[in-house]
Amino acid sequence: MSSNLVAAGDHPVYDYKVVRQFAIMTIVWGIVGMGVGVLIAAQLVWPQLNDIFQPYTHFGRLRPLHTNAVIFAFGGCALFGTSYYVVQRTCQTKLWGGWLVPFTFWGWQLVIVLAAITLPLGLTSAKEYAELEWPIDILIAIVWVSYAAVFFGTIVKRKTSHIYVANWFYGGFILTVAVLHIVNSAAIPVSWFKSYSAYAGAADAMVQWWYGHNAVGFFLTAGFLGMMYYFVPKQADRPVYSYQLSIVHFWALISIYIWAGAHHLHYSALPDWAQSLGMVMSLILLAPSWGGMINGIMTLSGAWHKLRTDPTLRFLVVSLSFYGMSTFEGPMMSIKTVNALSHNTDWTIGHVHSGALGWVAMISIGAVYHLLPILFGRKEMYSVKWINVHFWLATIGTVLYIASMWVNGIMQGLMWRAFNDDGTLTYSFVEAVQASYPGYFVRFLGGAFFLTGMVLMAYNAYCTAKAPKQQDAQADAEPQTV
Amino acid sequence: MDKGTLGAISTVLVAVAFAAVCWWAFAPKRKKRFEEDANLPFADEQNGQKQQAEKDTPSTDDVARRN
Repeated sequence: MSSNLVAAGDHPVYDYKVVRQFAIMTIVWGIVGMGVGVLIAAQLVWPQLNDIFQPYTHFGRLRPLHTNAVIFAFGGCALFGTSYYVVQRTCQTKLWGGWLVPFTFWGWQLVIVLAAITLPLGLTSAKEYAELEWPIDILIAIVWVSYAAVFFGTIVKRKTSHIYVANWFYGGFILTVAVLHIVNSAAIPVSWFKSYSAYAGAADAMVQWWYGHNAVGFFLTAGFLGMMYYFVPKQADRPVYSYQLSIVHFWALISIYIWAGAHHLHYSALPDWAQSLGMVMSLILLAPSWGGMINGIMTLSGAWHKLRTDPTLRFLVVSLSFYGMSTFEGPMMSIKTVNALSHNTDWTIGHVHSGALGWVAMISIGAVYHLLPILFGRKEMYSVKWINVHFWLATIGTVLYIASMWVNGIMQGLMWRAFNDDGTLTYSFVEAVQASYPGYFVRFLGGAFFLTGMVLMAYNAYCTAKAPKQQDAQADAEPQTV
Repeated sequence: MDKGTLGAISTVLVAVAFAAVCWWAFAPKRKKRFEEDANLPFADEQNGQKQQAEKDTPSTDDVARRN
């Protein structure tokens, strides 16, 4: 018998309350963040929508609200919730930390609410994905360090000898995000609502994109890979395809991602060698990314038929396909000559959403659909059919979104670089904007599809929570944990 | 030491580290151990360990739902 197993009948009691809270807020913030996203997509089609309540509803103020809400509120809650669940289940012990556990929940919600207030007010440090002003940054740092304490404290008191690979990914994500956030947010405050970055010029840009790309690499990738390594095997009901590969995957991914940020600064004031280094590291990154994707998808080897009947598994597996697509596209776009075409065009937006909607959102949605029945003591979701409807809404929405942005992006890039024989520009900038108009409408449509799916999920979750508890086979039920 | 030499040395060190991780992960000696570790997500269920070839039975995850 493996030392990883607890004796039969000796089942630890887990802390599911905080997981439940985060799972519900994942759905709530998902609807809010994607709702703002659909609004700003609509503003690009119908500019008069900027004027709903000026200046607070201006695109420039709502756009950071959208990115912060979907990355840190929706994605953040999904990561907090699933990591607390996975670390308990695979360490077979209750969360460590006492009051720190609810503190991380309420602290994180406070950060989100403060972001939702300050960003429309125009209070911003103007660093992408790190717009929040310094008092909120300090609160984030405190909550994040508490999160690290809870997570690693739980690992320390584990009852298993081995630390499961999902926890390695979650742990890597927590540690790195702490370092990234604290270094990049270093600033000199001049008042309560205004600060200036501690860095200047090209160094500031490099620190910002070292942070910015690793927000993608660690927040939006390593953390969600932790999710993948637990929920895909669990939902497919079979262990991961190759555990050995997962170890190589972990070390290769974390050691390469950290160097790739410079590809955001191609053809800028950043030294040329640093740009080339960023490009080469981004290209190498394809290998661990695809290694992980293959490991996840091949877990279904011999059980493909489950995809026919299990829409939750479909979410998880299709998210891996989108992960594979966007981690091929990313290295390609980091090649300097390709970047010369794609930079500042809608192609970048399409690439980001292929990862954000296709990978991050879909794997989170799959994980939450897996969790909700367990957290509310049900056999399955209120309606499995609705999960399937949600799956198709999400898939069609994502495809509409990314296809329209590819078309727009490549068209914009080609129009901007078109020259006449006499050296003058063939098109004025506004002509490229005009040509993008149909694509903007299709993007709005795709976003609306995706948002509709989230609303359906919320209703399904509500019905699941409200459904009468199952009484059968619960004779020896242990008391409800808190 | 100039920048080129430093770069060359670090490239070699990273390559060695990568090879070492691969060797550690794929050495036949540790195969069985990792197979057991891969079952950790199922270890706190009642039916315990799972084999990759095992026939499919829907996971009821009863233990989890009780807790």
